[in-house]
Amino acid sequence: MKTNFLSKILIVFFGVVFFIFYKGLNNSNIYVPKVNIDKNIPSFTAKIFNSSTKIKSEEIFNNNQFYLVNIWASWCIPCREEHSFLLDLSKNKNVIIIGINYKDKIQNAKFFLGEFKNPYKIIIRDTDGTISIDWGAYGVPETFLISNKKIIKRITGPINIDSFSEIKEIIQ
Amino acid sequence: MKFLKYLFIIFFLFSFNYSKAENNNLQNKITKNLRCLICQGQSIYDSDSEFANSIKILVDQKINEGQTENQIYEYLKDKYGEWILYDPKFSKNTYFLWLLPILIFIIGGAILSKLFIIKKS
Amino acid sequence: MASLIGYYSLIFGFCTSLLIILISIKNFKNTNVFNTRIISLTFLQFLFVVISFLGLILSFVNSDFSNQTVFNHSHTTKPLFYKISGTWGNHEGSLLLWLLVLTLFIFLFLLKSKEQIKKYRVLTLLFQQIIVIGFFVFLIKSSNPFSNIFPVPIEGLGLNPILQDPALAIHPPILYLGYVGSSIIFSSSLAATSLNNISKEWAKHIKPWVLISWIFLTIGILLGSIWAYYELGWGGFWFWDPVENVSLMPWLALTTLLHCILVLEKRLVLTSWVIILSISTFTLSMSGTFLVRSGILNSVHTFASDPERGLFILIFLFSLIFLSLFIFFSFHKVENQNTKHFFWLSKETSILINNWFMMYFLSVILIGTVYPIFLEVLSSEKISVGPPFYNKLIIPFLIPFLLAMAIGPKLKWIKSDLRDRLYLILFLVISLLLSGLIVNSLDISFLTNTILITAAFYLFLISLRDFFMNKFENLSQNVAHFGFSLLILSILFNNIFSTEVITNLKIGETFHSEKFKINFEKIEQNDKQNFKSLTGKFNIEDQNGVIDVLEPELRIYNQPNIVTSEADIKTNMITDKFMTMNLVRDQEYFNIRYQIKPFMIWIWISVLLITFGGIISLLKKKYEN
Repeated sequence: MKTNFLSKILIVFFGVVFFIFYKGLNNSNIYVPKVNIDKNIPSFTAKIFNSSTKIKSEEIFNNNQFYLVNIWASWCIPCREEHSFLLDLSKNKNVIIIGINYKDKIQNAKFFLGEFKNPYKIIIRDTDGTISIDWGAYGVPETFLISNKKIIKRITGPINIDSFSEIKEIIQ
Repeated sequence: MKFLKYLFIIFFLFSFNYSKAENNNLQNKITKNLRCLICQGQSIYDSDSEFANSIKILVDQKINEGQTENQIYEYLKDKYGEWILYDPKFSKNTYFLWLLPILIFIIGGAILSKLFIIKKS
Repeated sequence: MASLIGYYSLIFGFCTSLLIILISIKNFKNTNVFNTRIISLTFLQFLFVVISFLGLILSFVNSDFSNQTVFNHSHTTKPLFYKISGTWGNHEGSLLLWLLVLTLFIFLFLLKSKEQIKKYRVLTLLFQQIIVIGFFVFLIKSSNPFSNIFPVPIEGLGLNPILQDPALAIHPPILYLGYVGSSIIFSSSLAATSLNNISKEWAKHIKPWVLISWIFLTIGILLGSIWAYYELGWGGFWFWDPVENVSLMPWLALTTLLHCILVLEKRLVLTSWVIILSISTFTLSMSGTFLVRSGILNSVHTFASDPERGLFILIFLFSLIFLSLFIFFSFHKVENQNTKHFFWLSKETSILINNWFMMYFLSVILIGTVYPIFLEVLSSEKISVGPPFYNKLIIPFLIPFLLAMAIGPKLKWIKSDLRDRLYLILFLVISLLLSGLIVNSLDISFLTNTILITAAFYLFLISLRDFFMNKFENLSQNVAHFGFSLLILSILFNNIFSTEVITNLKIGETFHSEKFKINFEKIEQNDKQNFKSLTGKFNIEDQNGVIDVLEPELRIYNQPNIVTSEADIKTNMITDKFMTMNLVRDQEYFNIRYQIKPFMIWIWISVLLITFGGIISLLKKKYEN
């Protein structure tokens, strides 16, 4: 009687374990942080690209309009892929594109912008990567769409045609 | 003897993290406890990826600003989720994680003590 | 061609399995004599798998890229040695190796079990064949090492450079000998349970198998750990990474079983417990395979993973679990209640206390490893469980564990007294003084360390004393326990005394610290067979003016194009000096990591000592009290 009871418990137990492992198989084992949507934008002070002046984040995001923050570097290959989308968006009046130049040499970055054109209204430099951490980013490129000083959309990796049209739809 | 043993165990369970450490040691300690998002499976301390190097700098800055270990953890947890911490805090998500092994230990002890004959026969 | 032969050989091997099962069932029912044809058939099956395995090796050696596995994991410029070791450095090949060992072991088992009753031998074979068939089906269906590609590529994709390493070439085969050895214990205990044949004789008969698997598993883990130490480049040797945990779990179960068998050999007690342990050792090995190969966990050791394969192993694993549950509950008879009890101060008790702690350690590791999976499925929250968790839950419990390990072997079977053992207390005082001295003189004020060192010293001194006083009686236990105390001591001292410098240096620069100077003299570039090598030359001068030259290396592999950092390690009996260098993006300087790690070599030596204890026990015919 006792062993019978125990065996039933064990069967149920292993059944549950099986089910959980089975479910777990379908989950990706690569961790992607939850999208920090509706978070306030971080506040920071950073150097402006190509000058020695510093700027506060409050001075950059001073309006209640759409901003697109793009983390990029000249050495990052996927950044070149998404560049045409950024140029396209830069023509749009509803959005201001802010670049964060991530761990880059200034010459290389200038060369990059010279070759592919500059979609950014303001570029700030992130020489040691800490500003990107403030944003919760962990790679290049990453893009944040901001409205009312809140992050409303986040794209990890290069912007592609889908995310591009989503952004366009939002800012219309 | 036995009583002393248990006392020791209880004492150690609580006295673990209280150590004075210098800045550098503190930085190592913190970065060893952070998981890298680029080479997932390594700690920030072990990793040499761009991301890990930035976090190392950031942790250094925060220590110099006078932030405590827990404040730094909270900050990073807020940015990247609880996943980034190797040492999960005791919370509703981790009750079982922390208590189940202890529970198993206690149950094991109970089963064991039933098998013993304490009195001399 | 070789790959074709390999494939058909695999199919033939599978058919032999079916034949063996057929004949065995007949043999089990009909006659009283063991049908020796079965032995020949298992040998034939082994031969088929050997041919299949040789076929794969040959495809690798010839760089036959029409074979998918070879294409994915090899390259023409790879040195011959790594072409061969690449055979089992991938999922398909390693499974084939697993199968090879499996068929070898069942053949050896049949040869070695001649004095056992017929039914038991046949039944063990049958259970073992279930496992063998599982692997055959898995290999042929979803992990075929011989699948073709057409058109044939000219060049392969190459083997991950960090796997191109001598220690890692022999690490998997040795580890598998351990894992697969546990499958024999699994089948044999199921067979013995079904026949209600768990006895002292069975314990004597199965003990060598337990020892063999345990020895190989220990060495396998050691090799993996040594590899991680010098190859992964940050000077650690154990990371509590899922892949490492997964090998430690069967080891803990096996160690527990080893101690339990000692009791069973003497007195017919704890039979249920021994069966459970035998079953769980192998199921833990299989769960390990599942966790690692399915990609359900992510780890620093990246394996190619595939959920479909994961599903297969999962179903297979749980079939085995349910099969064993069924057999355990329907055939096992619980032993007589009277023999169950022990006097609290006896050898049995001390072994049970050992089991108790071992099971606790096992459960900590098991829960820590799988908890994130459970949490994610149930609440879709993701967390990490890492070294701090394990340290917090394991280290405090090591203290009583070490003390029990010191006192346990002193006790006699059934009932014992410790009154005339004054030295037990004397040694405790000595070790307390010793560790107090060490901790004080080094200005580390952690109480935990003091007590932990005390406990480790205690075991150290007691086993040292026994070694000389007991005239080599109980030698295997003595050596193994001594090794364990040495292991804990070396790990502790290694942790406490390690110093580390991380800095950026350009060529010609010198780094100064209180204790040493590091001078970056030059860098040399060499072209090797399949990589380009950049070797830095560093002169390190310590306080006494002694200069060490360390030459860490960066390797830029051609295929796949990966940069690896090779540590340079100067080892002597007291300390290891460990240095790695890394490239920094867009900078002229290199990132240098220099570590002085005392007692490193003693960690390896102590694990070898522990293993040696097992070997002594295996070689000894008569077992002592």
